Amino acid sequence: MLADSDRIFTNLYGTGDWRLAGARARGDWSGTKDLIAKGEDWIIDEMKQSGLRGRGGAGFPTGMKWSFMPKKSDGRPQFLVVNADEGEPGTCKDRDMMRHDPHKLLEGCLLAGFAMRCQAAYIYIRGELIREAEVLQAAIDEAYDAGLIGKNACGSGYDFDIFVHRGAGAYICGEEMALIESLEGKPGKPRLKPPFPAASGVWGCPTTVNNVETIAVAPAILRRGAKWFASFGRPNNTGTKVFCISGHVNAPCNVEESMSIPMRELIEKHAGGVRGGWDNLLAVIPGGSSTPLIPKSVCDTVLMDFDALRDVKSGLGTAAVIVMDKSTDLIKAIARLAKFYMHESCGQCTPCREGTGWLWRMLERMARGDAKVEEIDLLLDVANEIDGHTICALGDAAAWPIQGLIRHFRPMIEERILPKRLRPLPNAAE
Amino acid sequence: MPKLTIDGTELTVPAGTTVLQACEQLGIEVPRFCYHDRLQIAGNCRMCLVEMEKSPKPIASCAMPVNEGMVIRTNTPKVKKARQGVMEFLLINHPLDCPICDQGGECDLQDQAMGYGMDRSRYDEHKRAVPDKDLGPLISTHMTRCIHCTRCIRFATDIAGVEEMGALGRGEHMEIGTYVEKAITSEMSGNMIDLCPVGALNSKPYAYTARTWELVRTETIDVLDAVGSNINVQARGREVMRVLPRLNEDINEEWISDKTRFAYDGLRRGRLDQPYVRTNGKLQPASWKEALTAVAARMTSLGGHSMAAIAGDQACVESMAALKDLFRESGSPHIDCRQDGAKLDAAVRASYLFNTTIAGIEEADVCLLVGTNPRWEAALVNARLRKRYLRGGFRVFSIGPRLDLTFLVENLGSGPETLGAIAGGGHPFVETLAGAKRPMMIVGQGALARADGAAILAAAWRVAVTCRMVREGWNGFNVLHTAAARVGGLDIGFVPGAEGGLDVNGILDGATAGKIGLVYLLGADEIDMKRLGSAFVVYQGHHGDTGAHRADVILPGAAYTEKAATYVNTEGRVQQTRRVVFPPGEAREDWAIVRALGEAVGVRLPYDTVAELRHRLEAEHPHLGKRDTVPRAPWSSFGTEGRMDTAPFVSPIDDYYMTDAICRASETMAECSALFVANIQGATGTHG
Amino acid sequence: MSAKVEAFTFSAENVAKAKVIVAKYPSGKHQSALLPLLDLAQRQHGGWLPRAAMDHVAAFLGLAPIRVYEVATFYTMYNLKPVGTHHVQVCTTTPCWLRGSDQVVDACRKRLGVDVGETTPDGKFTLSEVECLAACVNAPVAWIGDDFYEDLDGASMTKLLDDIAAGKQPKPGPQVKRQTSAPISGAKTLTKNS
Repeated sequence: MLADSDRIFTNLYGTGDWRLAGARARGDWSGTKDLIAKGEDWIIDEMKQSGLRGRGGAGFPTGMKWSFMPKKSDGRPQFLVVNADEGEPGTCKDRDMMRHDPHKLLEGCLLAGFAMRCQAAYIYIRGELIREAEVLQAAIDEAYDAGLIGKNACGSGYDFDIFVHRGAGAYICGEEMALIESLEGKPGKPRLKPPFPAASGVWGCPTTVNNVETIAVAPAILRRGAKWFASFGRPNNTGTKVFCISGHVNAPCNVEESMSIPMRELIEKHAGGVRGGWDNLLAVIPGGSSTPLIPKSVCDTVLMDFDALRDVKSGLGTAAVIVMDKSTDLIKAIARLAKFYMHESCGQCTPCREGTGWLWRMLERMARGDAKVEEIDLLLDVANEIDGHTICALGDAAAWPIQGLIRHFRPMIEERILPKRLRPLPNAAE
Repeated sequence: MPKLTIDGTELTVPAGTTVLQACEQLGIEVPRFCYHDRLQIAGNCRMCLVEMEKSPKPIASCAMPVNEGMVIRTNTPKVKKARQGVMEFLLINHPLDCPICDQGGECDLQDQAMGYGMDRSRYDEHKRAVPDKDLGPLISTHMTRCIHCTRCIRFATDIAGVEEMGALGRGEHMEIGTYVEKAITSEMSGNMIDLCPVGALNSKPYAYTARTWELVRTETIDVLDAVGSNINVQARGREVMRVLPRLNEDINEEWISDKTRFAYDGLRRGRLDQPYVRTNGKLQPASWKEALTAVAARMTSLGGHSMAAIAGDQACVESMAALKDLFRESGSPHIDCRQDGAKLDAAVRASYLFNTTIAGIEEADVCLLVGTNPRWEAALVNARLRKRYLRGGFRVFSIGPRLDLTFLVENLGSGPETLGAIAGGGHPFVETLAGAKRPMMIVGQGALARADGAAILAAAWRVAVTCRMVREGWNGFNVLHTAAARVGGLDIGFVPGAEGGLDVNGILDGATAGKIGLVYLLGADEIDMKRLGSAFVVYQGHHGDTGAHRADVILPGAAYTEKAATYVNTEGRVQQTRRVVFPPGEAREDWAIVRALGEAVGVRLPYDTVAELRHRLEAEHPHLGKRDTVPRAPWSSFGTEGRMDTAPFVSPIDDYYMTDAICRASETMAECSALFVANIQGATGTHG
Repeated sequence: MSAKVEAFTFSAENVAKAKVIVAKYPSGKHQSALLPLLDLAQRQHGGWLPRAAMDHVAAFLGLAPIRVYEVATFYTMYNLKPVGTHHVQVCTTTPCWLRGSDQVVDACRKRLGVDVGETTPDGKFTLSEVECLAACVNAPVAWIGDDFYEDLDGASMTKLLDDIAAGKQPKPGPQVKRQTSAPISGAKTLTKNS
């Protein structure tokens, strides 16, 4: 188990004071000026060395992303946008960071913003997180008053502003191009890439969009060193990570752990184990709703990191572990996710707009047994017709849970559909 | 110039070219719904997916710029499967009501379903039904058919400049509409019907009146304004059923105005289909012989100096030339093609042309509008101004009324005083122009059709000179006409003769005073008929409008869809109409009527066919033989320096939908006028 | 209610707030203030946005009204119809569903006597289902007013509604004995934190 001394979010549960005094006591905002003095290249290099990969789901190497921002401005200002539009079902880590440790995020904004020559950061927080936005704003006000941000931030000679921008209810705004549209006051319909945000993002200016956790861990990495961060987890999957464990466990919780921790250890050590014991486990959605579920047999040994979960045809995503025990109606569980994606589809492009509703309607019928067996293949085919054909990844995200369900639990669906007398004979081994 | 490979063929394209455009260069057809080369790229339909090497996902070719070394494949099973998937998604909620859809036969969805559709549906769920929207009298909606390509939104927002259409709601509940039920307040709205790739937006007046495959198509030009938009008029039997745009990059690109598109029902209402002679104060049907004899008798009895002719806004060059010849032979110098009294100078061609050309607007960097409302006087010129404006680095100023032209216009003043100040060089605007490389001005008829018009024209000339609007390779001086006939009339000199000829005001004054005994109106309806006094009035034209009501003899002519005739647009571009249908009843082509009248009067005009007439015209005016080009008109001084009145400039058009006899006969235009114009003005304006 | 023509202008206090919001964005980029300004208008107008409010915001920011309608119909937090004084929004997405959100919704139905999407006749409560609220380790979750109520079941949901109906202000957060997102069995990590 990760030692408390190696945990970055030491006020994850809000037992301490989230305000500046508390944050300072936890080590935030100490020596920030010195870190800035080491220069942009040093910061970006350190981030690269740390191996940090984006914590919002896609896992893109952070240092490399930062290095895409223009080194020399062509006259346009540059912006850092923090993606705090947390809403991937199962995921609730950014919320804790913002309400209990807002200064980590703000300090990260300053350091990241400085490294990328940004003049300001906009933190796009989902509209429903009203109290969290209030805390964040209060922390920003404190930071301005203390001279930590604003003109001559931390006495570094660098001017940097931070603003909170509240969303208004749309999961799709967690997609970076939709988020940028939304920040511009438009419906959150993802823009086409290219141009990529580093070339033309918010208001047509070079922009980098990073997840809350990605930015909030940056000060610790820079302060304690890339080597320290890289010492956790496996190569290419380094660092600590806040995991969210929900569903059928005895003690759902958020917890910061080392990357590459075995899933079983994570669930049993921190979340009180699976309801009814490990053997009562049916399947786990390992990284937020869009990652395909994996059956217990895979969960027995899989590690919680990007590569291990990719190798089992799923993904680490946001590291939101949704546990489902044997009492779960899996078809219904996935149908509910299909409904979610239908509801959250922006409607802009054809496959997602038309396909997500089709998927949901078929799954609902299947959950009731009101379907034909051939429709399982149709369902898979429709999911495949969406996957990879849309403007943004929401289409893929809608397809993957269904692909995962059919990959691992096709006989279960067939059994639901077929009248008893037509069901295949039970396997002799069972 | 990046090089790429498409389906094994290498090619080099200019930077910024999209993959779809590159495919087109190779003649590879890429299916698409949302992409349109004149609209911003949306990339939402996903029909144009192609494979790109090193990309795990297929890419939308419409939105992907070509990069060096790209390898594209358009004909793989993966591409085919992806497009089939998109097609299936488009069709699951589409009603497939093609047999009762006006788009049937010219529907992109129908066409592409042939290539990518399945022969049966796999969709067993309920189809989505979407309530129709009320977009006004021109566009009918069947929103269940909508495939959400957003072309209409992009057209309204970008090209037409009216932010009224939007995508409302989200996901599968997203609907295209205006949120509040309202008609689209644009003079260009009909283009959305053409852009709609399915039958969601249809022409309301055309609804269910014909199937596209029954129609005979004729490529011709529009004469309802002076733009000369290229159109495709489609008829069934003797009736014009609809008017569509025809591509001409120099003039209308691929758009037309709503008037051009929708006024055609006026062609079948209120028509003059036989000659009339006024007997005992009442117009009585007559034979051609009776009518021509009656006119000839009056012409013979009056001396040439007591006769006058006024050509209206839609008179063709041929009929004006014949009429000019007839009047000259009859000894009358009193002819004028400027029924609005504009002080245009026929002697200097550059003084009455849109010298910059419509396409040339795109090169300008400053524009000064003088007494004009281009949005109503020439909707497509306005669209071109907006297009230029959107590209940036283009400021527009105006002298005259403050108007919403769909782009930012900085008003400098309301009338001649401001113009005079600029002409004198003392106005700050002159400074603004100092850095301009391609400054232009547009002088409207609102500035010229007034008593001090000649002095204003002279002041405008001085502004052009002071502000260096005319320079090497650039002529920024422009007159914007509202009448299709005007430039042609000026070109052939249908203006008062040197030997004491009267202009339109002189003619009307003469008629009032009893000095002019006969006035020949060649389609002239927009003059004050009361001023004709007791003159004997001959009206040659196609509609029973104000001129015909006042006439003593009516000679029924042909409308622009019923004759092959020459028109010169505001740029000085010579174009021809083609006959789509025959004129109704006894009505005849106009030059032939004048020719026949000559016979009756005893003046034998030296041409028996229209070809001979044109040959003669071209000999006299060589540029009339050069169609579809705009030869540069030499620059010299024009206008007459003089005192200018202080009255503000007013646009000559107070109702876009009611500018001429055809529009005034159109029920569609009447509906639009009542809805759009009466609402603005609180009362209907006077005609003309 | 529907026959009434709604009128709307920002209060003086909200005009001041709106100006502060607009000032957050680079000059000329005031459209960015649209989402927060609609929220401000909705709060001023009893929790929903009549067309007049959208038009007012459009005029305030100099935007074409259609651009405002597009935004207002896209985001779920804007209510285009009147809602009750207390808008009870229960999450039913899979993580909440796995932990009994069906029972929570049923408890609401029973206690309020209305179905999802309906408002009680006295106009006090509107019941809605919402998608994932990002509090999944505290599932099931209900969002009422500006607060989340977490770790609910049928009984605690009923009690919550009783309290609200009685004019009490229930304590937000977990409705069981638990420190925020820490395990209910007590934190195993960060135990030394004060």
